[in-house]
Amino acid sequence: MATIKELEALEEIETGKKYSRTSLYKDAWKRLRKNKLAMLGLLIVILLILIAIFASLISPYNPIERIKEDSSLGPSIKHFFGTDLLGRDIFSRVIYGSRVSIEVGVIAVGISVVIGLFFGALSGYFGGLSDAVIMRVADIFFAFPYILGAIAIMTILGPGIVNIFIAIGILGWASIARIFRSSILTIKNKEYIEAARAMGASNNRIIMKHIFPNSFAPIIVYATMNVGTAIIVEAALSFLGIGVQPPTPAWGKMLADSMSYIDVAPWMMFFPGLAILITVLGFVLLGDGLRDAFDPKLK
Amino acid sequence: MTETENNKILEVKNLSTYFYTDDGVVKAVDDVSFDLKKGETLGIVGETGCGKSVTALSILRLIPQPLGRIVAGEIIFEGRDLLKLGQKDLQNLRGNKISMIFQDPMTSLNPVYTVGNQVMESLIVHRKLKKDEARREGLKLLEMVGIPEFKRRFNNYPHEFSGGMRQRVMIAMAIANSPSILIADEPTTALDVTVQAQILELMDELKYKTNSSIIIITHDLGVVAKYANRVMVMYAGKPVEFSSVDNIFYKPAHPYTIGLMKSVTRLDEEKRGKLKPIEGLPPSLIDLPKFCIFRARCKYACDECKGEYPPLKEIEKDHFVSCYRGKEFMEGIIERFDN
Amino acid sequence: MENNKLLEVKNLKKYFNLRSGFLFQKFTGSVKAVDDISFFIKRGETFGLVGETGCGKTTVAKVILRLVPQTSGEATYNGVNLFKLNSKEMFKIRREIQVIFQDPYASLSPRMTVGDIINEPFEIHKIGDKRKRIKKVKELLRVVGLNPEHIHRYPHEFSGGQRQRVGVARALALTPKLLLCDEPVSALDVSVQAQILNLLTDLQKEFNLTYLFIAHDLSVVKHVSDRIGVMYLGKMVEVAKSEDLYKTPLHPYTMGLLSAIPIPDPELERKRKRIVLEGDVPSPINPPSGCSFHTRCPNAQDICSMEEPELRDYSKNGNEHLAACFFAGKPIV
Ligand SMILES: Nc1ncnc2c1ncn2[C@@H]1O[C@H](COP(=O)(O)OP(=O)(O)OP(=O)(O)O)[C@@H](O)[C@H]1O
Ligand SMILES: Nc1ncnc2c1ncn2[C@@H]1O[C@H](COP(=O)(O)OP(=O)(O)OP(=O)(O)O)[C@@H](O)[C@H]1O
Ligand code: SF4
Ligand SMILES: [Mg+2]
Ligand SMILES: [Mg+2]
Repeated sequence: MATIKELEALEEIETGKKYSRTSLYKDAWKRLRKNKLAMLGLLIVILLILIAIFASLISPYNPIERIKEDSSLGPSIKHFFGTDLLGRDIFSRVIYGSRVSIEVGVIAVGISVVIGLFFGALSGYFGGLSDAVIMRVADIFFAFPYILGAIAIMTILGPGIVNIFIAIGILGWASIARIFRSSILTIKNKEYIEAARAMGASNNRIIMKHIFPNSFAPIIVYATMNVGTAIIVEAALSFLGIGVQPPTPAWGKMLADSMSYIDVAPWMMFFPGLAILITVLGFVLLGDGLRDAFDPKLK
Repeated sequence: MTETENNKILEVKNLSTYFYTDDGVVKAVDDVSFDLKKGETLGIVGETGCGKSVTALSILRLIPQPLGRIVAGEIIFEGRDLLKLGQKDLQNLRGNKISMIFQDPMTSLNPVYTVGNQVMESLIVHRKLKKDEARREGLKLLEMVGIPEFKRRFNNYPHEFSGGMRQRVMIAMAIANSPSILIADEPTTALDVTVQAQILELMDELKYKTNSSIIIITHDLGVVAKYANRVMVMYAGKPVEFSSVDNIFYKPAHPYTIGLMKSVTRLDEEKRGKLKPIEGLPPSLIDLPKFCIFRARCKYACDECKGEYPPLKEIEKDHFVSCYRGKEFMEGIIERFDN
Repeated sequence: MENNKLLEVKNLKKYFNLRSGFLFQKFTGSVKAVDDISFFIKRGETFGLVGETGCGKTTVAKVILRLVPQTSGEATYNGVNLFKLNSKEMFKIRREIQVIFQDPYASLSPRMTVGDIINEPFEIHKIGDKRKRIKKVKELLRVVGLNPEHIHRYPHEFSGGQRQRVGVARALALTPKLLLCDEPVSALDVSVQAQILNLLTDLQKEFNLTYLFIAHDLSVVKHVSDRIGVMYLGKMVEVAKSEDLYKTPLHPYTMGLLSAIPIPDPELERKRKRIVLEGDVPSPINPPSGCSFHTRCPNAQDICSMEEPELRDYSKNGNEHLAACFFAGKPIV
């Protein structure tokens, strides 16, 4: 498909002609830009990603370095967010903790999107028995509380960040599969799909070139929202001690470790908690905004 | 003169309805004037988006809010300007003295109430009938619009009716309070061809029975030819020609009307000739030109047409055209049906 | 003589089975969308197919294209039965049979540029290299009367008529021989309809195309078709040359259909006597017994509800004129 665009782009440069184009994504971006809350969400998400990437540059201390004489200090100029029992700088730990959250958010949700798209396509496009079976299984996943499922899987797989990816990834597929299935069902009978089939297009091509681009928008929306959920679940797992293992800084684990000192050293809990809150809020706001932006009817 | 004056049941003067959208001001209806006589059927024709529905909705002040606004004009009905009425009087009017039938009978009926209930509703509201009276009256109406087994069907829900039957119910509701004006916005577009004929015949029959006037909006020139007494042709939010049905079909004086006549396929045409479509597309309603709105597509445009917009002018008795060369077309000085 | 027929459909049936239940589905009945239809299309001619909503017109086209499997019957294209081909052979033949759909909004993918849309058939059939393809796409745009510079635009940047032109360009890309047009102008305005109808007739001459032209508007169908088939509830009730069908309709349904269409000529309309058929089209799930039209037919007699009339030739002037009615040609009073 890119071929014509490439050649035309060439021609555009050669002849100096400009084509004005609008597309769903441009329109959506225009609408998104008007939505202040969504833009706030986007800002949070971008900042967070930057923080995660450049954690080593931003954080003043090594997050696992124990400075004995600085243990259990409140926030100060030296340690913005204070230090924990072992004398580690909480500011640095919160910054490094964003890495775990972002990794979990992106990779785990990535896994669930891949699984979800596969089964969604299978059940929506081909229908029949596979549809019935897949959707019943998805129902079971839905009926089961997310956190409980994650705990169950983690106790089987054992703790560790890779296992978190797997657990959350496996659990999240159902909603993506459902969304993809229902958009396939609405798109499948559109005449442009029939036109492609009449031309001899293969199932693969129809799914990849026609169905996928046209159902991309709702998947982006749900994936974005799922990132928020995944981050909470990861925090919960780490909080329970079956998630990320020490000394890797993870927000959930930091919460758990500081629980008992909430009355004497509230900062130990406050900052990681705030980080989780802001992050999840960012993804939810962005997801919500995207949903409205992709839906021209809400204009 | 006074006699014909009194004959007018509705008079629309210089009506303008605009939509204030993000992209600009859509002049959906711009300076439209026409009148409706007692007992007549007025056809409004024109292509998609030319403002037919908005004209009809403006009469009942049902313009979609908040974007839409009636910015100017007068709509005189029974000596009062409808645009100056308060909410209360307006509600009294709607579905009572002036009622409307919409294109889509699927969405215009409420799916959770029985058909009978919905027919009774307007009788109870407007005529203050008691329940059993309304029921009797409602049954009579369903019979009148030709619902088979109307007694049994009275308690059915809309989804148990076919499209044609639903449109009959809509008509029953519309004529429930013997309105003096019935506005039908593409009442048969969503229906099967043979059912279309039934509905149109029914409306025509009821018009005589109840002695009302009809405004029928359609893009089907055949329907206009069959049922309308007078016709208003609209183009890009403006009326371009307004006259008796015979004038419009046999002596069209606006090049757009002429173009429409030449593009339509006719069942009775002898040999497969080539159609002669109007080239080009209608202009955007956002930035309309100051000069004649049809000039860009008009083969006969002359120097005069570069001037300001040609006002609707009476070129012969009761034949209004907004074209500088209208008279030449009418008198056949410019060959009308030839290339 | 046989060779003259580009497409021949014989005893085609398509029943859609209705099921209920989720995992273990139960058969609850079937929609007889197409019920034993036969017709042929000669090379270079236009065969019109008319009938009201749900009478099975689109299904006929879809079954021929093998977009839905047939229940029984055959469709012979150029001497080969399409339903007997394996998918590879069918793939090859698809180049020659193309389709234009009714809805210019739904028939173009909103996420693809017009260039990509018209280029798609070349990609699927691996024709030409990139440079050749783009040249062809531009040429096709010109052929259907669009500006080749608009190759990058998205469908929503075009009007309904222009989109329909894009659909036509896509259908023409593989230089087909047979074009199935499913209500190609129904969604368009009168003046735009005329543009597209002219385009289709011009293209037919230029590329020597054969058309199956489906529509519910008999005046449009009559304008373009050489021969016309009238469908009612999944059955063919009358087939004749256009002029014969209009001048001497034999089936009461055709008479009603003709009469239901007002002619844009007020004087003529005042004189014309109108036959208004009563009632609605029955459901194709439980079609009436005998002649499926008997519930609405003004001429119906006892026999009509008991026996099914077969499609017979009543030609007078040598041109085949088929009708399925026991009292074919009897005027309605
Ligand atoms: N709610 C709205 N917001 C903005 N623009 C509108 C709105 N409703 C109508 N319009 C514009 O007003 C113009 C006239 O619309 P209208 O519905 O009267 O057309 P019409 O003649 O009835 O067309 P059709 O034959 O398609 O029903 C159109 O160009 C349309 O885009
Ligand atoms: N996939 C399907 N499953 C079940 N029934 C179907 C399916 N497709 C079509 N039908 C039914 O088959 C009948 C014929 O449909 P078809 O679309 O061929 O009608 P049509 O003549 O093209 O009508 P229209 O003028 O509305 O396009 C209809 O009653 C329809 O409801
Ligand atoms: S066979 Fe009988 S019911 Fe059928 S069309 Fe002829 S007269 Fe009517
Ligand atoms: Mg309208
Ligand atoms: Mg169809």
